[in-house]
Amino acid sequence: MTVFSQEIQDRAKEIIARYPEGKQRSALLPMLHLVQSVEGYVSPDGIEFCADQLGLQKANVGAVASFYTMYKRRPTGDFLVSVCTNTMCNVLGGQAVYDALTEHLGVGHDETTADGTITLEHAECLAACDYGPVMTVNYDFFDGVNPDGAVELVDKLRQGERPQPSRGARLCTLKEMSIQLAGFADDRDGAVADGVAGDPTLAGLKLAQKHGVSPKGFDINTPIPTAEKKA
Amino acid sequence: MSVYEKLTPVLTKRWLSPDAWRIDVYERLDGYAAAKKALQAHPDDLIALIKDSGLRGRGGAGFPTGLKWGFIPQNDGKPHYLVVNADEGEPGTCKDLPLMTHDPHSLIEGCIIASYAIRANRAYIYIRGEAVHAARRLRNAVQEAYKAGYLGKNILGTGFDLDLVVHSGAGAYICGEETALLDSLEGFRGQPRLRPPFPATHGLYASPTVVNNVGTIASVPYIVLGGAAWWKSMGTEKSSGPMIYSLSGRIKNPGQYECGLGITLRELIELAGGMQDGHELKFWTPGGSSTPLLAAQHIDTPMDFEGVAAAGSILGTTATQIFSDQDCVVYATYRWLEFYHHESCGKCTPCREGNYWMVRVYRRILSGEGTHEDLDTLLDTADNIMGRSFCGLGDGATSPVTSSLQWFKQDYLDYIEGRTAPKLSAKALAGAH
Ligand SMILES: Cc1cc2nc3c(=O)[nH]c(=O)nc-3n(C[C@H](O)[C@H](O)[C@H](O)COP(=O)(O)O)c2cc1C
Ligand code: SF4
Ligand code: FES
Repeated sequence: MTVFSQEIQDRAKEIIARYPEGKQRSALLPMLHLVQSVEGYVSPDGIEFCADQLGLQKANVGAVASFYTMYKRRPTGDFLVSVCTNTMCNVLGGQAVYDALTEHLGVGHDETTADGTITLEHAECLAACDYGPVMTVNYDFFDGVNPDGAVELVDKLRQGERPQPSRGARLCTLKEMSIQLAGFADDRDGAVADGVAGDPTLAGLKLAQKHGVSPKGFDINTPIPTAEKKA
Repeated sequence: MSVYEKLTPVLTKRWLSPDAWRIDVYERLDGYAAAKKALQAHPDDLIALIKDSGLRGRGGAGFPTGLKWGFIPQNDGKPHYLVVNADEGEPGTCKDLPLMTHDPHSLIEGCIIASYAIRANRAYIYIRGEAVHAARRLRNAVQEAYKAGYLGKNILGTGFDLDLVVHSGAGAYICGEETALLDSLEGFRGQPRLRPPFPATHGLYASPTVVNNVGTIASVPYIVLGGAAWWKSMGTEKSSGPMIYSLSGRIKNPGQYECGLGITLRELIELAGGMQDGHELKFWTPGGSSTPLLAAQHIDTPMDFEGVAAAGSILGTTATQIFSDQDCVVYATYRWLEFYHHESCGKCTPCREGNYWMVRVYRRILSGEGTHEDLDTLLDTADNIMGRSFCGLGDGATSPVTSSLQWFKQDYLDYIEGRTAPKLSAKALAGAH
């Protein structure tokens, strides 16, 4: 008996079909996300499933899985809380946020609270330095966080609430997120539309708008020169 | 001329329309007009157009894009591939995620045109795993584009076929390096490949492949619409076009500022409302943590490829991280090094071991246990990594080390000679992870 249902097996086939024939190994990263969506981590069973589907050795699959930070080796909580502690967020207060959460939750990096709700980690630059210090919950952003706010946020998560991320879609569980990472659409009604651009994203644009500035001479009917004409 | 006139919103412009990620809105805002125009042209004319525009890669190295496309052998009987590098992970860099979130169709449209030009029928967007909202919007946009006939078989009745797959990574900075990215996309550990052969002949599945950054490919539709001359009307002679400068740190209004290449930090800070109160500019990265730090005296350096190189650094991704006199440059460098140490793929010794040692030396200095010899050790180690590592990650790791020692040696001496209180406790020394 396998923990991987018919639906998951069908999805595996769908993933493999995205890549050219004979190149099915390209499906491995999405497949690992897929098995993580079932168990919350990449278990020995998950590795075996990937190996079977792709005709690979288990050892080869294991070596790939252990290379990437997003594949977890132990069961995770419903919510992966990642605090950016790379330099910019760090000096803007991200380290203090991480320290406060460690203290409050009583767990360290890559550890899960006893109630199984939260896995904590410190993360490297999350490509949102203009919103720093940032943290993410299942990879959706909470911007400009501080220690008190972060503690309040994880308490809400533990009480079953789902606070709205600053710019991303409404929260789902880490397992649900892993389905999206495997390349499947977020089919929650309206989730794709969630989230609006924050001030930093629009900072330059709003200035340009305010001062009536736009690049001059843009004519979409400008012809594409042809080799003959140039010669 | 007021500083505001330096703003050139081109790639960022649609972000102001909250629903531009939807295909109907995108089409109303000139969307897919460039694809229609390009698919009527000869592929070689498109490559020539991009060459003429002077477009250079937005992923960090600034390689001329048209030249790269021109390297793809034609009539070789092999499949060709376009791979978009959306792995955005260079510390400080934060321009590709908003682009894909707020204007995903512009990237797809760029993929159609680029693939047609290099005669590829398959394209991949390798997107950083953590970028989930950008990926949501992008996957949705790809579905919309298929439905509307912009992707798939016989696009717009021209006989051109293109399949586009959005492939999420799984958390590894090194996968942004183009050959590591290709290995990762093939289902392996993301470790760089030996070059030559180059991706242009032996890329994905050992076939001719173009790897371009998100910003590079998203620039293409605008060049097709507005022409090379218009594109070159922005920026400088050798660094043409608009560029998204990503400002973070101690300024009043951090964020994305798209300006012609060659703007100075002084002007950017002015655009961003000035420095925060009580903060004075001390050090900054022109293009991410892998580009040597610059100091306050470089505030008038033109931020194009040539100008920044003349100042001894690299334009990189124009990820402009701004730090003040309230920030400790030794600590900042230490945090970056921990990053490089963590992200080193382990393939070559200088990078794997060198970063390990440098992190330890930084911990010692920051805990007040450093010696003057430690500074020589740092320079020595950096010297042994630079130019001797297998890929750019190792070289990049030495950037903050050598540049901070060049401009701010006194800050190190202040720790070593006891004038600055230790920033790390002895516990941190023991608790290496
Ligand atoms: C360690 C390392 C990380 C990199 N990360 C990225 C990245 O996240 N995105 C990117 O576009 N280029 C990245 N690059 C540069 C790529 O190797 C490559 O030069 C680029 O994708 C080419 O595209 P372009 O010519 O359009 O700039 C990285 C390079 C190195 C050495
Ligand atoms: S320089 Fe570092 S990241 Fe690059 S191949 Fe060597 S060990 Fe790997
Ligand atoms: S340093 Fe935190 S998002 Fe870049």
